[in-house]
Amino acid sequence: MKKQINLTKATKSTLITVGMVVVAYVILQILVGAGALSSLMKGLLVPLCIYAIMAVSLNLTVGILGELSLGHAGFMCVGAFTSAFFSLCFKETMAAGPRFLLAIIIGGAAAALSGLLIGIPVLRLKGDYLAIVTLAFGEIIKNIINVLYVGRDEAGFHFSMKDAFSMNMASDGQVLINGAQGITGTPNDSNFTIGAILLVLTLIIVLNLIHSRPGRAIMAIRDNRIAAESVGINITQFKLLAFSISAGLAGIGGVLYAHNLSILQAQPKNFGYNMSIMILVYVVLGGIGNIRGSVIASVILVLLPELMRQLNDYRMLIYSVVLIGMMIFNWSPKAKEFREKYSFKRLIAKKTEKEEA
Amino acid sequence: MKKLVSLCLVLAMAATMLVGCGANEEAAQNSAGTSESAEGAVFKIGGSGPTTGGAAVYGLAVQRGAQIAVDEINAAGGINGFQIEYNFTDDEHDPEKAVNAYNNLKDWGMQIFMGTTTSGPCVAVVEKTNEDNMYQLTPSGTAVDAIKYANAFRVCFSDPGQGTKSAQYIGENKIATKVAVIYDASDVYSSGIFNTFREAAEGYGIEIVAAESFTSDNKTDFTIQLQKAKEGGAELVFLPIYYQEAALILSQANSMGFAPMFFGCDGLDGILGVEDFDTALAEGVMLLTPFAADATDELTTSFVGKYQEAHGEIPIQFAANAYDAIYIIKAAIEKAGATPDMSVSDLCEAMKAAMMEVSVTGLTGTEMTWTEEGEVNKEPKAVKIVDGAYTAMQ
Repeated sequence: MKKQINLTKATKSTLITVGMVVVAYVILQILVGAGALSSLMKGLLVPLCIYAIMAVSLNLTVGILGELSLGHAGFMCVGAFTSAFFSLCFKETMAAGPRFLLAIIIGGAAAALSGLLIGIPVLRLKGDYLAIVTLAFGEIIKNIINVLYVGRDEAGFHFSMKDAFSMNMASDGQVLINGAQGITGTPNDSNFTIGAILLVLTLIIVLNLIHSRPGRAIMAIRDNRIAAESVGINITQFKLLAFSISAGLAGIGGVLYAHNLSILQAQPKNFGYNMSIMILVYVVLGGIGNIRGSVIASVILVLLPELMRQLNDYRMLIYSVVLIGMMIFNWSPKAKEFREKYSFKRLIAKKTEKEEA
Repeated sequence: MKKLVSLCLVLAMAATMLVGCGANEEAAQNSAGTSESAEGAVFKIGGSGPTTGGAAVYGLAVQRGAQIAVDEINAAGGINGFQIEYNFTDDEHDPEKAVNAYNNLKDWGMQIFMGTTTSGPCVAVVEKTNEDNMYQLTPSGTAVDAIKYANAFRVCFSDPGQGTKSAQYIGENKIATKVAVIYDASDVYSSGIFNTFREAAEGYGIEIVAAESFTSDNKTDFTIQLQKAKEGGAELVFLPIYYQEAALILSQANSMGFAPMFFGCDGLDGILGVEDFDTALAEGVMLLTPFAADATDELTTSFVGKYQEAHGEIPIQFAANAYDAIYIIKAAIEKAGATPDMSVSDLCEAMKAAMMEVSVTGLTGTEMTWTEEGEVNKEPKAVKIVDGAYTAMQ
C-alpha cells in the first residue's frame, strides 16, 4: 500500500488541509450549479471563508507564537475600512477585477502595518502585555473610525473629526466615510471563488511558515524563551514577523467582509471586543496551534446558529449550550480519555487487526 | 492511509448533510408550491429585526405590531380573499446577519418583505431585494440609503426628513430662534438628524447657538453640554436622541436651574415610561412623533388595547409603524389586484405601480402617499407633554 512518492509529514498534512478546502469548494460549487443549495447556504459561503481566514490567522498568533491577542477584530476593521475606502474612491474609474486585487493588497498591507506598529513596542516585553494592548487597539480603532469624516470634491480630499458639515466641501462633494454611519455603497466584489482562493492562500502561507526555519524559531520562542534566546534567535524579530503576518491576514478577512455587504459600520457587534473573542473561541475549540481544526471549528460555529433559525428564540440558547458542550468534549481530561478509548481511528485499527488475524 | 479513509468519510458526511439541507429546502418549497395551487394560496410576508441583543426592543415591537395587523386581516378574510402567512426572523441588528435572515426567509418562500427594522441592516438587505426584485417595505429604517432602489419603500420619515421637519416645525410655529443641540455623535440616527437639522435651520431663521455631542461610551454626565447651551442663551434645546439619555438631560438641566424648552424627535417617545424618572420634569417637552399611544381615536385605542392584552406593555411607535406597514401592503396588493400565484418579481412590479396610487390612513398618519423614491408623504405630528401625558399640538 505504500506510495512511492516520498512526502514529508509536514507537506502531507498541508496538502490534506488545503485539499479539504478545495474538495469542499468543488462540492459546493457543483451543488450551487445544480441549484441544490438553499439561499441561506449560498449567502453564507463568503462569511464562512471570512471567519475561517480570521481563525487561521489568529491561530498563528495564539497557537504558534503563543501570545494572546484580544484585538483581532481591530485588524479586520483596519483592512475592511482601508480597502472599502479605496474601492469607493476608484469605483467609477477602475475595472472590478484589478480594483479588488489592489483592495486586497492595500487592506492586507494596512492591517500588517498596524500590527507591526503595535508589535514594535509590545512584543519586546515578556508576559501578557500583548493581550492588553491589542484589546485597547481594537477599541481605539473602532472609536476613531466612528468620529472620522472623509469627503471628496474637485478640490481634493477633506477630513474632519467633528462632523460632516465642518469639512466645508463644495456642494457636489461626496462624503466617503461618514462617521458612525460608516461607508455605504462599497462595490460587492467578494464571491465564494475569491473567498476560497484567499482561504487556500492563507492556509498555505501559515502552514508553510510553521514548517519553515522561521516557523521553528517562532515555536522555539513559544516553548522556551530563554533557551531560544541562548541559541541566538532574535526574539523580537521573529515575534514581529509572526504577529504582522497574522494581522495582515486578518486584514484580508476584513477586505472580504467589506466587499460582501454594501454597508460598513464599525459597531461593537462586528469589529468590537465580542468579535475578537468569537474568533478566539473558534481557535480554542478547533485546537490551539491546530490550523485544520480552526477551519473546521469556524465553519461549524458559523453555520450552527444559522441552520437553527427554525428554532427562533431558542437558537442562541442552544448555541451557547453547544459551545460549552464542545469545550468540555475537546478539553476536559475525562472527555479526552473517553475519546481515546472510543476513537474512530482505534476502532478501524482494531478491525484491521482482527481481519489480519 | 487511515487518515485518507477518515477524511473521505468526513467529506462524505459533510456532503450528505449539505445536500440533505438543500434537498429538504427544495422539497419544502415544492410542497408549499403544490399546496398553494391545491387548497387556495396564501401571501407569504416575511419580516426581520433584532429580537435579541441591545436593539431587541425595536425588533420585538415590530414583530408584535405586525402580528396584530396580520391577525386582524386574516380574521376579516385576508387580502383579496387570500390569507397571510407571516414569519419574522432575528437579524441581531447586524448587516451580515440581516442578509442571512433575508436568505432564510427566501428559502421559506417569502413573497413580500416587511423589513428590516433598523437602518444599517436595511442598507445591506436592500441590495439583495433589488437583485431579486422583491417588494420591500421597511417600517422604521430611516437611513437615506435604506430604500435607494425602486423596489423599496418606507413607512417612517427618513433621517433627513426628521431633521428638516423639526426645523420647519420650530421655525414656522415661531417656537424659538436660538437653539442648542445635544446629539449622539456615535449614533447614526442621531447624527443623521442633526446634520440635516443644521442645514435646514438657517432657512427657517433658526440660529444654532451650541451644537454639543456625546458618544455612547460617555453618556451619563451632560452638565458640560448643558452649560454651553445655557451660556449660548438657548431658548430651546433640540434633542435628536433616544429617551434614556434625554431623561438624564432633563433632570440634570433641572438641577442646574436651566429651564429652556425641549424639543425632540420620535426617539423621545417612551420618556414617560423611564423608571425612577420624575415625569414632572418632562412637562412641556415637545416631540415630533408619528404615534402617541394615548391618542383617543378608535384605531389607536383598539391597537393599544390589543397590544397591551397580548404583551402587557404600551406599544412604542415601532410597533405602530409595523402595524401600518402590513395595512399598506394590503392596500397595495388590493390596488394592484395581485394574487399569490404571481412570481416574486411580477408581484413587486405590480405593487410598485400600485404604491404610487394608494392612500392609506393608519396609526402613524392620515392619507399617507408615496413618492417614486419610496418616501412617504404625511404631515408631521407633534405632541407636547402636558400633565404627564402626550397631547397633540397644533
